[in-house]
Parts: sequence; structure tokens; C-alpha cells
Amino acid sequence: MRLTVNGKAQTVDAEDGDLLLDVLRDKFGLTSPKKSCGFQVCGACTVLVDSVPVSSCCYLAGDALTAEVQTVEGFADEPLFADMLEVFAKHNAFQCGYCAPGFVMTLKPLLTQGSLRSLDDVVRELAGNICRCTGYKPIVAAVCELAGIAAEDADRR
Amino acid sequence: MTTTYAPPARPATSEVGRSSERQDIRAKLTGEAVYMADIPADDALHVKLLRSPVAHARLNGVDTSGAMEVPGVVAVVVAEDLRDFNGTWGHFVRDRPLMATDIIRFAGEIVAAVVAETEAAARAAINLVDIDYEILTPILDVNEAVAPGAARVHDGPRTPGFACPPGTEFYDGNDFYRYVVAYDKNDEAADDDLVVVEHEYAFPAVYQYAMEPHAVIATWEPDSITVQTSCQHPFLVREELAVIYGMPVEAVRIKVPYVGGGFGSKSYSKMEPVAVAIARHVGRTVRLVNDVSDAMVTTRRHSMRCRMRTSARRDGMLVAREASILMETGAYADNGPTVTMVAGMAAVGPYRWRAMGITASCVYTHLPPAGSYRGFGAAHMQWVGESQIDEIARLTGLDRLEIRRNNLLSRGEEYIPGQRPLDADLLGDLEAVAAHVGWGDPATPWRGRGISAGVSPAGASPKSQARVEIDEGRIVVHSGSQEIGQGARTVHAQIAAEVLGVDLDLVFVPATDTSVTPFDRSTGASRSTTVAGLAVMRAAEDLAARVVAKIASENGIPPELLSREGRRILGPDREWDLLDFGPVSGRGSADELAPGLNGPTIFWEVCVAAAQATVDPDTGVVEVGDVVTIADVGKAINPSLVERQDEGCTMQSIGNALFEEMHFDEGGVLLNDSLLDYRVPTLRDLPQSMECIIVENADGPGPFGAKGCGEGVFGGLTAALVCAVHDAGAPIRELPMSPDRVWRSVQGLAQSADR
Repeated sequence: MRLTVNGKAQTVDAEDGDLLLDVLRDKFGLTSPKKSCGFQVCGACTVLVDSVPVSSCCYLAGDALTAEVQTVEGFADEPLFADMLEVFAKHNAFQCGYCAPGFVMTLKPLLTQGSLRSLDDVVRELAGNICRCTGYKPIVAAVCELAGIAAEDADRR
Repeated sequence: MTTTYAPPARPATSEVGRSSERQDIRAKLTGEAVYMADIPADDALHVKLLRSPVAHARLNGVDTSGAMEVPGVVAVVVAEDLRDFNGTWGHFVRDRPLMATDIIRFAGEIVAAVVAETEAAARAAINLVDIDYEILTPILDVNEAVAPGAARVHDGPRTPGFACPPGTEFYDGNDFYRYVVAYDKNDEAADDDLVVVEHEYAFPAVYQYAMEPHAVIATWEPDSITVQTSCQHPFLVREELAVIYGMPVEAVRIKVPYVGGGFGSKSYSKMEPVAVAIARHVGRTVRLVNDVSDAMVTTRRHSMRCRMRTSARRDGMLVAREASILMETGAYADNGPTVTMVAGMAAVGPYRWRAMGITASCVYTHLPPAGSYRGFGAAHMQWVGESQIDEIARLTGLDRLEIRRNNLLSRGEEYIPGQRPLDADLLGDLEAVAAHVGWGDPATPWRGRGISAGVSPAGASPKSQARVEIDEGRIVVHSGSQEIGQGARTVHAQIAAEVLGVDLDLVFVPATDTSVTPFDRSTGASRSTTVAGLAVMRAAEDLAARVVAKIASENGIPPELLSREGRRILGPDREWDLLDFGPVSGRGSADELAPGLNGPTIFWEVCVAAAQATVDPDTGVVEVGDVVTIADVGKAINPSLVERQDEGCTMQSIGNALFEEMHFDEGGVLLNDSLLDYRVPTLRDLPQSMECIIVENADGPGPFGAKGCGEGVFGGLTAALVCAVHDAGAPIRELPMSPDRVWRSVQGLAQSADR
């Protein structure tokens, strides 16, 4: 199977019916997408397929054959990632960190397209990413800062 | 005996008290942080476990022939293969087989393990293993389990595990452990005109839901065991394996990479004993990664049922409390006795009582085993006691804050006779949270406020050591209190940086490796800052003293002529930089932290919170308004991380209080064994606002007067939410406060705890 992952086309020993998450982790050695719920609920396995966030735990590798797949490893060189790193770090926005790459990949297109304009937008768009550690407050604060949403809006739902 | 602790007198200085960035956050965001399942294990065999589909059965045999035919399958391991040694394990009670032998005791118990060259082969083969079993009647209800004549989940006497406190008494029957608080001060004439509140209550089984399920890589050699595992207690895993496999602890090596959350679910041993048994049987390294459905039958929080009675005089002065508490621990004890003890302690309530009669029992059933989960005991019982205090207030016409003001213990008073006296200003904490939720403002229909006060024993055990080294111009801190996301490594680095006067980025805290890292008992009971942190502080001080002594001897300078200002050591005519010396190593221990104290309490973790809640009378839906919690931490080493701990516990408390619940069918099989059906809080469940008030009275036994944090919210906020929902018009005596229960309450219908 030939997949384009993080800008590079590579042939790996995998089948169309394999889960994209397993292929990325086991064949490409990309471990930023994490397996957690296995049912497309928690968002820890989120990667971009043609810039659209998908749950790679429930996405067939064969459906990504003609697409550009991106994980945090491929995004990490971009200026937006550097901004996200600074702001998330400043807020100590993650604790165990298992969910962090999934949040990063869900957030990337939202910030790129400027589609987060209010706290309601943030809640709606990120409700599919579960963090069990932080209570979400510092994540919301960081995302609002990145999206330019006023702090007083970030404090109250 | 009463001992008061004087915190070390130190000036507040630069690194300690700073909201420094977590040392690991960048690695976690870039994906460079390596968790268990990320570790390459090319040579390892993959394991999938076959778990019992029924709760109670006689196991007649396992047919492995079909599975063995699957290409890539190396072995199918069953209990019969493990009979050449005594694999019965359990840190508190040695009651648990590695795999079910002749009796299956819960749905989810391990019956067989397929070991294969690939995960796919193991997964394919596991469905081809046939179990021949004869279903027996399971005991699923605690009241049934303790009824006279009830069948026993386990026959014979209980065998204490290696971590069972000496002198622990076990009892016959399914209620095998009891914790009792009983006293009658009888120092005043008995009042006969008392206000009395008495009800039954229930708390559900819930799941910790660490995002990363358990995972282990295990290697067996005839003279050693090496395990990499996602765990909270590497040194207790080491000891458990040493006991099972008859090896000295030094022959067992545990390494822990980044851990994707714990909350108690990775405390003590979980998957490690069986992983090692499989590795031993096949003679190869094995890799075992739990799915969520595996993890949910590996551990959970105890369900609880109790009856409580509280009495007071007509003027609202509290008199007595009685409670009979059943903590449902499932088929194996795990940490059930400790959870039961803490539940019994939490039931007391931080008030001046004349008489107390609490019995908390730990009860076996045929459900999956329950163990530690953040805030255990207090989460189970504080809401019960506090809702009774509210009811007493209503019956005596007192404001709910006023009745607490009149009865709360003050600093220095005993909470439980013979144990550490109260070491916090509970009333100050309570007044702070009450003000935050608008206490005294006019009432609004279907909108309520709740406040709650409690304490929970914390610290668990003063057994922590640390080593701090100078290495290549950097400081390396070896501490075995495991980083599981709470920020222990960053806090320990800050403590060392503070003591040694070096920048935080020059301090490195490596991952735990029991062959290198000095002993630390465990990561739990909010002890990493207080107990392990004290060991780190002392190790850093020891390191500095050794460097000064080295300078003195090497230069022939009398030590009294040397002084230290941070990393600079000043002599009569020159100065040295601490970091230029190396390798030098200092050691510290917290082993004498709580001398002369009875009971498990190194400090009392404050459980104070307030909440607003709105009830929709038509739907029973509860909406959480403002919530405020107290982090009464003595000294916040890193205020940002303290807030993160309280905020995280706030959301978990909201989940537990409002909707989290494991559902078992009538045969004892877990119905909601995935995130599709077991809901944990998402961003949509955020309250209107959440605030963490940090209280710093420098009254903790830890470094710089610190005491632990991160668990007190569970007891405090669960209770505040229950009290707020009652205040809004829906008295609740069974959690979670799901819409159906709240609606029934609004309609005045019976709750099942009363049925």
C-alpha cells in the first residue's frame, strides 16, 4: 500500500482494511496518534486526512490512498504549531498528555480557517476530544488565546 | 499521643511558588513523549486475553486446539499451565489467581491468554478458544452478600498480602474486613429532645477512565524479571512480582515510561503478574495492551450502600452519628480494605460529636474487582454526611453555613480519637467558598447552592527516598514517586532548583527505573509533593552539604568559613559553583515524617467546596452553575499545577455526581464497557464557571510547609453538588444525579436506595 503521510509517499506492507491508526503507528512508526477508546469518541487518535480531522482508530487505511495524511510529527515544523506549543505550555494545558496530539490535530484546521469565533464555537468543535486530567479549563483558555477570543468570554460558558 | 508538626522555617524564594511550565509538556505536544504502547517491541510476542463471559461458574475445561491452529499463534496459556508455582496474588489480601482455576468469580476474569507473533493473530485466535463452564448463581448485591447464610465468594480464611498492615483482622463471610469508629464521650446528660435524620444511600460503581489503558511488556529469565509498565506504584509492583515468583526484589526491575493518566486505576499491580506468568511460560518477551473493555473489568471504583443516622439538639448542636456502610469490592479485594477504612473515616464528618458509631465493611461480590480511584472514601461518604447536616439545619431552622460554623472542628482538635489532630482551618476555607457562590443571596426557584466541609486521610505512608546528583553541570533528581500527569516531576525539579539555587531548566528528573531510582512507596493519597517532595528537598540539602564538605577538605578550609548562597559556595577569598562539582550525590528520606501518630494520616486533605445547581423540574436535568474548590495546600510549590489538579478533579466529580455509572446486567456482566456507553465529561459538561482557591497557611508536613492536593475536591464537590440539587428542590440519596433520579425526586417518588 502506498500512502502519503506528512508530505512523503511511502509504500508499506498493509491492507486496505487495516485501520489507519494501526498503519500509522506500526508501519510508519508515528506514535503521536494514540489509541484510547477505539470507537471514535475520545479524539486521541485524531489525524488529518486532506486537512480534515478524522478518528484514525475507525478510519480504513484504504480510504486514505489518494489523500494527504498528516500527524503531529508532520505539523511540528509549521509556525502555527510553534504558536500552539507556546500557548499550551504557558497554560500548562495538558497533564498526562495522552490526549494532547489529538487536540492539536483537531485544532489545526479550526485555527487555519478562523472558524473559532466564540466560546460556543470552541465547546462545539472540541467536544469530541476528551481530556480526563485537566478539566478542560486551561485548554479552553489556551484555545481562546490562540483564536483571539476575548478572555472574559473564555471564563464563562 | 499527640504530635504537632513544625514546618521547616524557610524563606519564600524564587522557584518554589512559581507557576513554572511543566517540564514534559512540549514533549507531550510534539508526540515525542513515549508511552507504553509506543515502545517498539519487535521481538515481543503479543498477548490477547480471553475473559469469562459470565460472573460465576465452575470451569470444567478450556479447549485451546482451535486457537493453536491459527498461523502465528505460539501458545495458549491457561491456569493449568501455571500450576508449578503459587501465583495467588494481591497486595492487601492474597486472594487472586493469575487466571481462573476451577471457579470463575466475575465476568471479565482471565481464563486464557493467546500468545502470538502478531497482534492480529492473537486477536483472531482468541475467539477460537472454547470454555466449558457450568453457570453458578452469582452474588451481585452487597445486601445479599452479607445476609445470613449467603454463599461465599471465597472459601476459607483470608491470607494477608505483602502490603497488609500488621495486625489487620479479617472476618469470615463476604464482609471480610471492617473499619470501626466508635466512641461515646457521654460527658453531658443525654438529651431526649433530639432532631434525627436517618436514610439509606447508594453510590454507583464508576470507572477511572485514564485515557491510556493498562499496558505491559514483560521479560522472564530464570534469575530475573524485567517489566515495563504503565503504573503508579513501580516499587509495589516489584514487590508483588518478587513475592509471586520467589525472587529477591533486586532481581525484579520495573521501568515506567510516560503514563497516560492513572487516578488510581494503575495503582498496585494490575496486568503485571499475569504478563510475567505468560512470559515465563513461553520463554519470550510478551506485550500485553489492554483495550478499554479490558481495563474496565480490571479495576473501578467501589459501589457503596449505607444507612446513616445523625442527631442534633434543637439548637442545632450536633450530638451523634451512626452509619453502617457496605463497600462492594467485587470478586477480589485489591485495595478494598483501604478504601473501606477511608470511607468509614469520611463518614464521621469534621464536627464536634458526642458519640460516633461507624462500621464500614468491605464486601466481596461476583462483580469485577474495585480498587483505588481518586478521592476514594470521601467521594463515597462525604455527600451522605453533609446532606444530613443540611437536613438537620432545615429541621432546626438554621442557615446551612451557620450550623457548620457552630459545629466545625478547629485546628488542633481531634477528628478521630488517637489520630493526627486537624491541621487546617476548615471554617476559613468554608467561608471562602460560601462567599464565592453568593451565600445569603435570595433564593430562586429550582436554583440551589451547596457547601460542604470534610477531610480525608492523606500521605498513605512515609516511605520515600530520593537521590539528587550533580552530573555534567546539571542536577539530576531521582525520585520514584511516579509522574502520571499530575506534575510530580516538575514539582520535584522545582524543589531541587529552589534548594540548590539553580535554574529549573538545569534540573532533570528521569523516568522511574527501580534498578536506579531509590525506593518510593507509591503514587497516590496525594503524597508525591508532601512525602516524596520532602525526600527530594532533603536529598538536595544533603548534596549541597557534601559539596561544601568536599571543598573544605580539598582546600584545607575550615567548614565554618564556607557559606552557600544558592549555587555559589563562598570561601574567605574565593568562590565555587556547585555545578562544577560532580559526580556528587545527596540522599534524602521522608521515612520519619509522622512519628508517633496512629492511623494512616500524614496530613488531612481538606475537602471543601461549594456549588450552584439548577434543576429542570420537567426533565430532571441538572445544570451546574458556579463551582469553587479549595486547595488548602500549605504551600503551592507550583500554583498552576495545583489549579490543574483541582480543575481536573472538579470535572471528574461532576461526572461521578451527575452521570457516570457502570451498569451490570442481571447476570453481573458489564453492559457499558466502552466510551460509547460509559460517558465521561466533555467540554459540553463544563460548569458555568470553576474556580480553585489556593490556601497557603504553611501548615503541611511537606517541603516549605506544603501538603498534597488533587483529591479533596472529590469529597467536597460531590457533596456540594448533592446539597445544591437538594436546595434546588430535589433531595437525592442515590448517585449519580441522572435526570431520571432527579425527576423522580422532584415528583416525590421513591428512590431505589429506599426500596
